[in-house]
Amino acid sequence: MNTSSNQTCSCNSSRAGPQESSCGCSAGSPQTPAIRTTTSTLSRADRIDHLTLRWGWNREGHRVEPGLYRLGNPAKESPVFAAANLTLSFDHVRSALAGFDAWILVLDTKGINVWCAAGKGTFGTEELVRRIRLANLESVVSHRKIIVPQLGAPGISWPEVLRKSGFSLEYGPVRARDLPEYLKTRKATPAMRRVEFPLGDRLVLTPVEFVHIALPMILVAAVLWFLAGPVAALAAISAVLAGTVLFPVLLPFIPTHDFSTKGLILGAILALPFAYVFGTNPALPVWADGLAAAAALLIIPAVVSYLALNFTGCTTFTSRTGVKKEIFRYVKIMAVMAVIGSLAGIVIGVSKLAGVI
Amino acid sequence: MFDSYTETSLQYFPERCINCRRCLQVCPHAVFAEGAEHAELANPRACMECGACALNCPVQAIAVQSGVGCAWAMIQAALRGKDMDTECSCGGDDDSCCGQPAETGCDCGEK
Repeated sequence: MNTSSNQTCSCNSSRAGPQESSCGCSAGSPQTPAIRTTTSTLSRADRIDHLTLRWGWNREGHRVEPGLYRLGNPAKESPVFAAANLTLSFDHVRSALAGFDAWILVLDTKGINVWCAAGKGTFGTEELVRRIRLANLESVVSHRKIIVPQLGAPGISWPEVLRKSGFSLEYGPVRARDLPEYLKTRKATPAMRRVEFPLGDRLVLTPVEFVHIALPMILVAAVLWFLAGPVAALAAISAVLAGTVLFPVLLPFIPTHDFSTKGLILGAILALPFAYVFGTNPALPVWADGLAAAAALLIIPAVVSYLALNFTGCTTFTSRTGVKKEIFRYVKIMAVMAVIGSLAGIVIGVSKLAGVI
Repeated sequence: MFDSYTETSLQYFPERCINCRRCLQVCPHAVFAEGAEHAELANPRACMECGACALNCPVQAIAVQSGVGCAWAMIQAALRGKDMDTECSCGGDDDSCCGQPAETGCDCGEK
């Protein structure tokens, strides 16, 4: 992070929150908490940080020190922006505000982005009020207004913040990049208030989705390779790639509304070539070919469907009520498909071992 | 058919509304629309139950059971024998589905 500690506190070189202790070294002056300085320039290190974050690497290591930051040359009248302490979130805000003089109040969201943290309550009323107090914001600025990202609203109650801190809140746009436009009129257009889920946003989530499940996938593929050959191993890898990468990409284009049925459809299409290869193996009798094809047609759609259902948490629009309904409707079906498909595979395996085929 | 998202827990009591329009500002899916005397419930099906409107309504004209629409978290909770409705591991715990960077996504984000 391109941040440095302000001179008001020479001791806060560590990453551990010096502000909570109101800067232990300047004993006797707890009223002058450290104000850090930041810029709008993103360094190469910042970009590498964003990349590793997107790949789920060192998940705990993408944090900004919470507290008040000075961007540019802010005066007492300059606007105050609330932000999360995930590096990516903070970097979005500071880079969007290039050329502006502003204060950025970073909440301790445990390295989680604004929306997720708001959902959890860490980007919330209590933390905001606490940070206002710790930063002694009342004496830093002359106005009583904080611009909060719109997606922080699930965790923040503006009447509560006003009552507890005297600061009134203004909900800014969803995306930090709209901040310059927003600041011209202090009004967000309907488009600025809408959350979409375009291809780029979906694509950027796929590495983490895939990395999550890569290890079990490799193990299963290795086992299948030994038991059933390379095509079966390829089927396992294809199913996981379809569920974690292809599904997010194709999300709006696959028919039906439910994630589970979308996954079933995608999985069925993927299963067809594998079923064909398994079902036309001349080395095996017809009944075994049939069982092998059935196994592919049952297991692959079940796996893709399950992975698809698990993508609900990454989207920007699924309701808890709806997802719960999906779980009760489809998980049993997926389980039954996977079990019957596996049984078919086991029958073939046992028959081979027993020398029947 | 194949649409589990037709109903949500969102409730709106227009008679209480003072038309402050905060709900219009905080809703990411334009569920509410401007009205002459009070906000209109324009698209309730788009509600994702994030809870922002209810929390920011100064007169409690909106109620919603807010929660995360995250199958992963709910299934994990169910597997551990915990309550699917209250249990959410989202956001930073080891087994979180949304320690993810999702800038917009991960409505684990939500709750």
